[in-house]
Amino acid sequence: MSFSAGVDVGSTQTKAIVINEAREIVGRALIDTGANVIQAAENAYTQALEDGGIREEEVEYVIGTGYGRYKVTFGNTQVTEISCHARGAAHMFPATRTVLDMGGQDTKAIRVGPNGEIIDFCMNDKCAAGTGRFLGAAASALAIPLPDLGSRAMQAERPVRISTTCTVFAESEVLSWLGKGKKIEDILMGVHQSIAKRSIGLLRRVGIEDQVTFTGGVAKNIGMIYALQDNLGIQLNVSDDSHFMGALGAALFAMDAIVNSRAPLPATEA
Amino acid sequence: MTTDQHTELVGRGNREGADLFRSWFEELSATAEQGGQSAYVFVMGSIAEVLRVFDLPTVFPEINSLQTAVRRVAHEYLNEAEDYGYSPDICGYVKADVAVQLRKGAHPMGQIPTPSLAVYTNACNTYIKWAEIWERMYKIPIFTLDVPGTRQARMQTWRGDPDFENDRKYVAAQLKELIALCEQVTGIPFDIDRLREVLGHANVMSRGWSRVLELNRSRPSLFNALTDGTVYLGVANGFRGRAEGAIFFDRLVEEMEYKAAHGIGTLTDEKYRLLFVGVPCYPIFRRFNEMFTQWGGTFINSTYLWFASGGTNRGFEYNLNDPLESLAEGILISVRDAMDSMFYQDQVLAGMVDEFEADGIIYHPIKSCRTVSTGLADNRRAVMASRDIPTLFIESDMMDRRVVSEAQLKNRIDAYFEGLAARRAAA
Repeated sequence: MSFSAGVDVGSTQTKAIVINEAREIVGRALIDTGANVIQAAENAYTQALEDGGIREEEVEYVIGTGYGRYKVTFGNTQVTEISCHARGAAHMFPATRTVLDMGGQDTKAIRVGPNGEIIDFCMNDKCAAGTGRFLGAAASALAIPLPDLGSRAMQAERPVRISTTCTVFAESEVLSWLGKGKKIEDILMGVHQSIAKRSIGLLRRVGIEDQVTFTGGVAKNIGMIYALQDNLGIQLNVSDDSHFMGALGAALFAMDAIVNSRAPLPATEA
Repeated sequence: MTTDQHTELVGRGNREGADLFRSWFEELSATAEQGGQSAYVFVMGSIAEVLRVFDLPTVFPEINSLQTAVRRVAHEYLNEAEDYGYSPDICGYVKADVAVQLRKGAHPMGQIPTPSLAVYTNACNTYIKWAEIWERMYKIPIFTLDVPGTRQARMQTWRGDPDFENDRKYVAAQLKELIALCEQVTGIPFDIDRLREVLGHANVMSRGWSRVLELNRSRPSLFNALTDGTVYLGVANGFRGRAEGAIFFDRLVEEMEYKAAHGIGTLTDEKYRLLFVGVPCYPIFRRFNEMFTQWGGTFINSTYLWFASGGTNRGFEYNLNDPLESLAEGILISVRDAMDSMFYQDQVLAGMVDEFEADGIIYHPIKSCRTVSTGLADNRRAVMASRDIPTLFIESDMMDRRVVSEAQLKNRIDAYFEGLAARRAAA
C-alpha cells in the first residue's frame, strides 16, 4: 500500500493530510504555525503520520502547499494553495464549480472545471480585510475566544453595519459600537456580514457558478457560513475537513504523481 | 554566416540599445552642464519631429522616473516628493520627477537639464497638471497638443472622412502654433528641409518598430516584449527622428529576421506565449519577468510597447513631399492609436491571441496610474468572453516598492501556470 501526503503551511496554522491509494484520508494533523515554519511543517507531518499509524517510509510522495510551501523541506515538490484548494474541494464535492477559501490572511475565489482544474481565480489585495484576521481583530476587541465567534453571532437580533474594511480599524469600530450600547452578538454578526460581502465581491469577479464549496479555517465558523449563504442566496458545500482542503489537494496531487510516475505539475524555484 | 558574425548579431539590439541610452543621458548631462536649452516631452506623443528641427534635446521625465525604479532608488525620490507635500496616492512618475527637480537635476543616469519649454498631448490627463508644475517652477511656456481621440469603440475615421479631415486640420493648426513657439523660444527659424530630414529618420524607425513587433509572431518568439522590448522602446522614444535611431531599427530588423530564419528564440524552451497588458513593474523589473520565464513563459507582445511608443508601432510613414500636413495626419493617427491601446484594446488583444498564438494574457494594473489601469477589469472580461484564453490579473506598481508584494505576486503567478499546465495536460 502506497501513501501520499500534503502539508499546507498557512500564515496561522499548518495542516497535514495522509491519504491511501483509494484517496481516503488516513491521517491528519493541525498545529499553529508559529515562528519556526520549517519545524511547524515537520511537526504537522509527523503528527499526521502518527494519527494514521503510518511509517514515514511508507509515504512515497509529499507535496508542500500554502505560503510556507518552500519550507516543507522534506517534500518532493510544491503546488500553490490555489490549485490545492480547488483540487481538494472538487474531490470532496465533485459538483463544485466555485470555491471560496477563507484563511488567516487570504481569501481566494476560485472557479474550477469539472476535474477541479482552475479556470480563473481572484484573491484579496495586499491587506487582510475580508479574511480570518478581520475576525481575529473583532474577537480580540470583544474578548471572545475565536471558536465561539460564530455561535455567538448567530444569536444576533439586529446586526450592526460595519463600515470599515480595514482590519486595523475594525477593532476601533467594534469598540465604538460597544460604546453606543449595541449587543455583542449584533456587533459580531455585523462583522461576519462585512466579511461575507467583501468575499462575495471576490466571487463575483470570477463568476459564481453552482455548486459553491467553502474551504479554509474560517469555514469552521457557523456564523460565516450563515452570512455567506444569506447574502449569496444559495447553499454552500462545507466539509468537516474544510480547513484541511489545501493539504488534501496537495496529497491528491502527490498520489497522482505516484500513480502516473510523474509530477502533476512542474516544480518551481523558491 | 560565421560564428563571430552570429555572436555579433544575436543580442545586438540590446547591446546597442543600452549604448544609445547611455549616450543619450551623456548628451543630456552635457546640455545641463552647458546651461543649454531642452524640451520636456512625454512618451505618448513627444512631437520630437518638430523639436529636432530647433535642435532641442528631448527630456522624457517618465523615462527618468522609471529609471530611478529600475536602479532601485525610486523610494528616495518618492519620499522626498512626499515630504515636500505630494500625496502618496498620485502618479509615482510625477513624484520622482518633482524630486529630480528639487535635486536640481541630479539623477542616477546623469544630470537632467532644466526645461526651456514643455510639449505634451492630451493622451494622459496627468501630463497637463505635471507640465503646470514646471511652468510654475521655471516660468517656461507649456504647450498642449490636443489630439482628438476615437469617439467610440471601433469607430475610427480615416483619410477622406469629413470627421478625420476636420481632426487633421485641427492638429495641423496646433502644429503651426507649436512651430511659432519653438522659433520664439530658440531663436532658430523653422526649416522645412530639416523637418523632411527628421521625418525621413522617423519613417525608418516606425517601419522598423512595426516590423520588429510583427516578427515576434515567430515560434519561438525572438525577443521578450517586457524586457528586451523596453530597451527598444527607449530608443524609439529617445532617438525619434534621429539618424542613430533609424540605424538602430534597421539593424534591429536585421537581427530579428536572422533569428526568425534560424529559429533562435528568447528562451531555450518556450512553453507559454503570453501577452502583457499595462505598465511594467519597474521596482523588481528583472525578478518580475523571471517569475514567468522560470515556468517557460515569455511575453510575445505588450500593450505598453504600443501606447508608450506614442502609437509609432502602427508604422505610419510621413509623406516627405507634404511634410507639415503629413505630420499632422501621422500624429493624429499615432497618438489616437496610443490612446486606443489603453482604452479600446480588447479587440486588438483578442485578434492578437489568434495571430500570435498566445497561450495567456497577463493584466497588470498599477496603483500609480489609474489612466492605464481602470478599464482593465472590463477589458479582461471582454477578452475572456470572446476567446477561450486564461488570463491573470495581478496588481502592483511601476514605481513604488511599498505596494509591490513579491511573495503575493509569485503565488498568483505560480497558480496561473499550474492552471495552464493542467489545461494543456487535459487538452
